[in-house]
Amino acid sequence: MHEFGIAQSLLEIVEQEALSYKGAKVTRVTLQIGRLSGVMPDSLRFAFEALRTGGVAEESCLEIEEIPLRIKCNQCGKTSTLKDPFLICPYCEDIDVEIIAGRELEIRNMEIEDGN
Amino acid sequence: MEIKIVKNILEANEVIASQSRTLFTEKGIYVLNLMGSPGAGKTTLLEKTIEHLKDKNHIAVIEGDIATSRDAERIAHHAIPAVQINTGGACHLDGNMVRGALKEFNLNQIDLLIVENVGNLVCPAEFNIGENDKAMIISVTEGDDKPKKYPLMFQVSTVLLLNKIDLLPYLDFDMDRFQGDALKVNPKLKIMAISCTTGEGLDTWFKWIEERAKPKR
Repeated sequence: MHEFGIAQSLLEIVEQEALSYKGAKVTRVTLQIGRLSGVMPDSLRFAFEALRTGGVAEESCLEIEEIPLRIKCNQCGKTSTLKDPFLICPYCEDIDVEIIAGRELEIRNMEIEDGN
Repeated sequence: MEIKIVKNILEANEVIASQSRTLFTEKGIYVLNLMGSPGAGKTTLLEKTIEHLKDKNHIAVIEGDIATSRDAERIAHHAIPAVQINTGGACHLDGNMVRGALKEFNLNQIDLLIVENVGNLVCPAEFNIGENDKAMIISVTEGDDKPKKYPLMFQVSTVLLLNKIDLLPYLDFDMDRFQGDALKVNPKLKIMAISCTTGEGLDTWFKWIEERAKPKR
């Protein structure tokens, strides 16, 4: 629902980074989006493509790596990947678990082409 | 050429939220972010809470809505400072909007700030505003399947208020399923079943908030 705002923040970061490389064009931006982040990759892509017009990222390709929800159980010590957002260890059914992946909403890297 | 960045896209918001949090701590203000769907009973709960606490606490309210100042007007009737933020379309409040509204208050005179977020079960959960706790309110008319459908808000909340329980006899609402799913999504969630109409269960809520918002004299 607020993917436009997120795409805007993303573009601000990308443009800020690109400033250090004069005349550079951004060719690729890679993100990690966790299953629990609440962000829809398709919707973010749509917003990104609409907002990048006229900027350094105008012709960039947006790569989105979707990260599944993973937890570590503090009781039995096992880690597992969950399909449902239920924070319960599938091995021992304990609820004393930590989320180790799945909340990401991160830019990981970008690729630029030198302007010269 | 590849450039490594590794940056949280919402970092700008996190920075502002943590600055606000520091300010609230310095001023001794307990801040609650109240979230829930449109019509769940956020403003009504707020009015009941204000009536119960206003002799002990110095309360202020920030009202978030896409448009209109109706909620702030409702709150202003209770003779406490209230500021309306109109997001003009945005589906949630963020750290910057809340920080902007703080100018309207004398923070030295407040010990409890309640922020009523925009009615929405999704987006407000992602944006910290510098609060101590997030509380969500949901009504039994919304159905018992919500924890699994909208897990993030249940996961980030400390308290879940299940409102309108006076309507349970007329609905096909499976309380065990709802509570079971909510606790699976967030095993540490404190669930309180309430009715703002009959007052049932509100004592538990008042007690919870009284333990956190320490009066400033």
